[in-house]
Amino acid sequence: MKRMTLHCRVNGEAVAREVEVRRTLADFVREDLGLTGTHLGCEHGACGACTLLVDGRSVRSCLMFAVQAEGCEVQTVEGLGTEESLHPLQQAFWDHHGLQCGFCTPGFLMAAAELLRRNPHPDEPAVREALSGNLCRCTGYQNIVAAVLAAAESMAAPRA
Amino acid sequence: MKPAAFDYVAPTSVEEAVAALSGAGGDAKVLAGGQSLVPLMNLRLAKPAVVVDINRVAGLDGVTVRSGFLSVGALVRHADLAAHPDVAGWPLLRDALELIGHPAIRNRGTVGGSIAHADPAAELPGVLRVLGGSVVAAGPNGSREIAADDLFLGYLTTALEAEEILTEVRFPALPAGAGSAFVEFARRHGDFALVGAAVVVALREGGQVGEARLCLIGVGPGPVAVDMGGLQGKPATEATWAAGGELAAAACDPDSDLHAPAEYRRQLASVMTARALALAAPRASEPRR
Ligand SMILES: Cc1cc2nc3c(=O)[nH]c(=O)nc-3n(C[C@H](O)[C@H](O)[C@H](O)COP(=O)(O)OP(=O)(O)OC[C@H]3O[C@@H](n4cnc5c(N)ncnc54)[C@H](O)[C@@H]3O)c2cc1C
Ligand code: FES
Ligand code: FES
Repeated sequence: MKRMTLHCRVNGEAVAREVEVRRTLADFVREDLGLTGTHLGCEHGACGACTLLVDGRSVRSCLMFAVQAEGCEVQTVEGLGTEESLHPLQQAFWDHHGLQCGFCTPGFLMAAAELLRRNPHPDEPAVREALSGNLCRCTGYQNIVAAVLAAAESMAAPRA
Repeated sequence: MKPAAFDYVAPTSVEEAVAALSGAGGDAKVLAGGQSLVPLMNLRLAKPAVVVDINRVAGLDGVTVRSGFLSVGALVRHADLAAHPDVAGWPLLRDALELIGHPAIRNRGTVGGSIAHADPAAELPGVLRVLGGSVVAAGPNGSREIAADDLFLGYLTTALEAEEILTEVRFPALPAGAGSAFVEFARRHGDFALVGAAVVVALREGGQVGEARLCLIGVGPGPVAVDMGGLQGKPATEATWAAGGELAAAACDPDSDLHAPAEYRRQLASVMTARALALAAPRASEPRR
């Protein structure tokens, strides 16, 4: 079979689309669904820009075929927060200058989202380990780590 | 970058997977975690006519302690094995799993895929060989067990036939009282190692070295087992570990490549081995009278 119909949920919405089996999950969300927040840096697993969550776990979407997401729950950066109501991680990246050009940011946000879901109170080494697969050419990483630590704190604090 | 077109099949049983491989006339690839195969396909270094996705095959995701070994289904993800309670009894495996790539890689990458891919710098083939483990492969004529010593034939090459799938990996327990360590050097955290050393050390009554085993990664076409008999009976001291490092350096014949010249790899083999021995020995317990 060279084409198949894929059924999955993307950011909570049911999706049924015919796709070429060689379509990567990254190309599927970008080209077929128009969710261009997921970025492609290297397309061979080296940079982490394409990181999104499948059934809650971070994956490199350039290394998965879309048809492999059959029956799965996919979350992209578009599903994290909205422009009106940023996710605490997105707010913290803004506040702590965790981005410059922003190309790597969606991947970092999704990797960090998985970390905070599993470990709401990570220390700095745990943050660095969780983000170790994501490359950033701009920030020098320091502010990204600071942003994730700050987001963990703000998410733990009782809401005002 | 797009992979070349292929036919996709997603069998749900081992028998169907084997039939799909057999029917493809040698031009099929098994897709497990995809963390090594899909980069090769995206770069069009691999252009299989058929991709047999085994992610929906039932019965390949178990982790079970059996008499003398840990049985790990081929599809068990690195992250799931690392988090499994039974892996506590296999400290060498636990240490090695942490060194594989990054969280997103370990979320998808499988134990069977790491073994079948047989990257010369991959950790798990080194662990399997130093423990004297084996794998189970299913083919058109049923299943067979292949010892690690007979499995790794060369660069990215194993004794698996084109129509066989690897179903189970068997990691033997450490000898009673033995200590182990996995030490490697990588340029960046999570990268494939330039060189790594997996060691097992047992001590005699009185504290001298009893048995010592070493398998190196990154210094040959596959995992390189080194005879450490020369350390037997020696005291558990820094000088002995340094001598072990010299044995390692003398036993390996690395190639030069883009990442490191042969001489540097040989030096790393010596240093990683000495460090691993020094870590493993205190983890071993002397036999009681
Ligand atoms: C950025 C990055 C960093 C990495 N770092 C490391 C590292 O430090 N150490 C390390 O060891 N690995 C590393 N890897 C590789 C990773 O561990 C792979 O997951 C692993 O090598 C292959 O497992 P897989 O399940 O992804 O296999 P796949 O990519 O699906 O398959 C790899 C090969 O094995 C074959 N195969 C897979 N499963 C079976 C089976 N059950 N039966 C028969 N054949 C099979 C496939 O046909 C293919 O030829 C890294 C990968 C990336 C992208
Ligand atoms: S685009 Fe997927 S890892 Fe670089
Ligand atoms: S902000 Fe530019 S690459 Fe990270």
